[in-house]
Amino acid sequence: MERTETRPNGSTHTISLLVENKPGVLHRIAGLFSRRGYNIASLTVGPTERSDYSRMTIVVRLSSRPVEQVVRQVQKLVPVVEVRELSAQDLIERELMLVKIRTPERNHAELRALAETYEATIVDVSPDALVVEASGNAGKLDALEERLRPFGIQELCRSGRIALERGFKTLAPPSLK
Amino acid sequence: MAKQKMTGAMAVRRALEAEGVDVLFGIPGGAILPLYDALYEVEKPRHVLVRHEQVGGHAAEGYAHATGKVGVCMGTSGPGATNLVTAIADAYMDSVPMVAITANVASSFIGTDAFQEADITGITMPVTKHNWLVTDAADLPRIMKEAFYIARTGRPGPVLVDIPKDVLNAELEFEYPEKVEIPGYHPPVREEPRLKDAAMLIRSASRPVVYLGGGVRHGNAHAEVFAFCEYLGAPIVTTLHGKGAFPETHPLCLGMFGMHGSRYANYTVQNSDLIVALGARFDDRVTGKLSTFAPEAKVVHLDVDPAEISKLVTATVPLVGDLKLLLPQLHAEVRRAFDAQGRPDVAAWWKRVADWREKFPLRYAQDPAGPLLPQYVIETIWKKTGGKAIVTTGVGEHQMFAAQWWKAAEPRSFITSGGLGTMGFCLPSAIGIQLGKPDALVIGFDGDGSFQMTLQDLATAVELKLPIKIFILNNLFLGMVRQWQELFYDERYSETPLADLPDLVKLADAYSCLGLRARTPAELDQAVDRALANTGGPTIVDVRVRREEKVYPMVPAGAPLNDMIDGE
Repeated sequence: MERTETRPNGSTHTISLLVENKPGVLHRIAGLFSRRGYNIASLTVGPTERSDYSRMTIVVRLSSRPVEQVVRQVQKLVPVVEVRELSAQDLIERELMLVKIRTPERNHAELRALAETYEATIVDVSPDALVVEASGNAGKLDALEERLRPFGIQELCRSGRIALERGFKTLAPPSLK
Repeated sequence: MAKQKMTGAMAVRRALEAEGVDVLFGIPGGAILPLYDALYEVEKPRHVLVRHEQVGGHAAEGYAHATGKVGVCMGTSGPGATNLVTAIADAYMDSVPMVAITANVASSFIGTDAFQEADITGITMPVTKHNWLVTDAADLPRIMKEAFYIARTGRPGPVLVDIPKDVLNAELEFEYPEKVEIPGYHPPVREEPRLKDAAMLIRSASRPVVYLGGGVRHGNAHAEVFAFCEYLGAPIVTTLHGKGAFPETHPLCLGMFGMHGSRYANYTVQNSDLIVALGARFDDRVTGKLSTFAPEAKVVHLDVDPAEISKLVTATVPLVGDLKLLLPQLHAEVRRAFDAQGRPDVAAWWKRVADWREKFPLRYAQDPAGPLLPQYVIETIWKKTGGKAIVTTGVGEHQMFAAQWWKAAEPRSFITSGGLGTMGFCLPSAIGIQLGKPDALVIGFDGDGSFQMTLQDLATAVELKLPIKIFILNNLFLGMVRQWQELFYDERYSETPLADLPDLVKLADAYSCLGLRARTPAELDQAVDRALANTGGPTIVDVRVRREEKVYPMVPAGAPLNDMIDGE
């Protein structure tokens, strides 16, 4: 008999949630993840096409539990209207990154060229520092980050992922469509 | 129904009436004064004054277990609310339908560290199905309706409604909603039921076992389970909360398996090739070491909570849904399979099970001169009452002795704190059970350690003249912990011996109830007769048992289920 006791290879999953826009919802969801030992890699929450619902995108890193377990536990929370793992193939995912680089002015031209390659923009320039804004999937931002590192990254912040499925599929249950 | 103007407090009372609540348990306090004023001299719902909020919570649980209805408890802000937390957590672990109502400081004081302020919705978030902080009195009718609905539907459980004092005082137009519409709550969640697959597995199994859990009770599916199990004719094992799900006096039933289950029940599970799990969750206390659990068994798992499917043991065929609705469908499908292909031959399997049963019975040897053995005490009371009682317990050795030796024949007749393992559960739950089932014989088996955690509520039982009978299996130890110290900690009895205090007979006397003591089989015989004859109020029996008696067999923590140790 197969058991779900351990799954040695850790894996990353993107879970999308539609939740009622009510006080304490974030607390309930974050609390569930922490007490069940699910590791949150990133979590974003924001408004949706309907003012009474928010959308959360949670990237979870799992070492020992199947992602279905996480989805089913989250589904049990009353304010969670719908939850699903978004499959990697069907996914449009974006993340925003801001990077402050401290570097002398002579390097700025090189940085501009680099930014252009990654479809990033320079959004602030001062004599000895500039701020790069980039968006895209996590892999692209990771790559850009690596390329920027030699210039001297002073501060970096990433928004965490947001994601939608391709095609006409939506997360909302039929009752809400 | 026309809308009526009233206060938030009165709206809560009206909601309780609308839900048919006949009893609730609590203690008044500053913030909850408006609600107590609304309940003043009200006959239904009848308020029962307890002496500690935890007791009110466990009493509500006992009531819910015994009746199948939602238990209701309440407390004031701050400590009143936090005292409820243990009972709420207990109800959460054991899926007991319960509504806890707390008052909070006035809205303008929330977040200011005001006197008797506690963030009880924050505190109870992990141990409730859902909770609410009511910020607008106009929401009260809807929230109360949702609270009862969520508590009793799907996998039942506790919910908490926290109401600031000013919201209790505020006026609203009251109209109790007829329907509940919660966009994110649709029990039971339906997955495509694979009834045919399950029936095929059952048809092809040669060593099947049925594993019954607390879900049978909560799903009120005793009749459906009985019909299915009798038709199937497979050996049946139960969890602690599965006791009474199928009559333990029936030859098909092997009783409890797990850490303190019988050898024959554990061997049956370990050697099975198919486990049909009904309303159960493969808790660590029943599986033993998970990686060695029933190595050859396929699993049909029927449960109302989809999150329990393949949580610990992967289900070969998962069936998600209400046991009461789904099991008859499975039954019909199995019948079709058996009719078409013939019944599976399980005679050889039963032969093995019968051999284990004969070779490894639960046993003890009582010396007629004493000291009393706890097993003998339980069995004696079972025989003297014909088993016709509702039993509740505390937590510890006495609980396991009761689970092993009290054969629960009726649904809802064995009530205990299983998941959380809350010492002090016995007396409070006995109060709730007796109030829910006024004509039943209610017997509590408690330990001396467990009893002392909630004994102050003897006052409540006496005041209500409840004829509960509490047998305290007194070994002057925190016995279960002592057992582990003896077996696994080189007999270093760190803080487990208990002083011979209080004198339980005098204590009963101080509370104006009958107190008895028994040290030998003859004294026990007399004490039980006197206790059973005392119908005017509670009876406390101090049963002095052999101090070092341990619960066997035992699966040490982390060991395989068939790797059991015994006394000799």
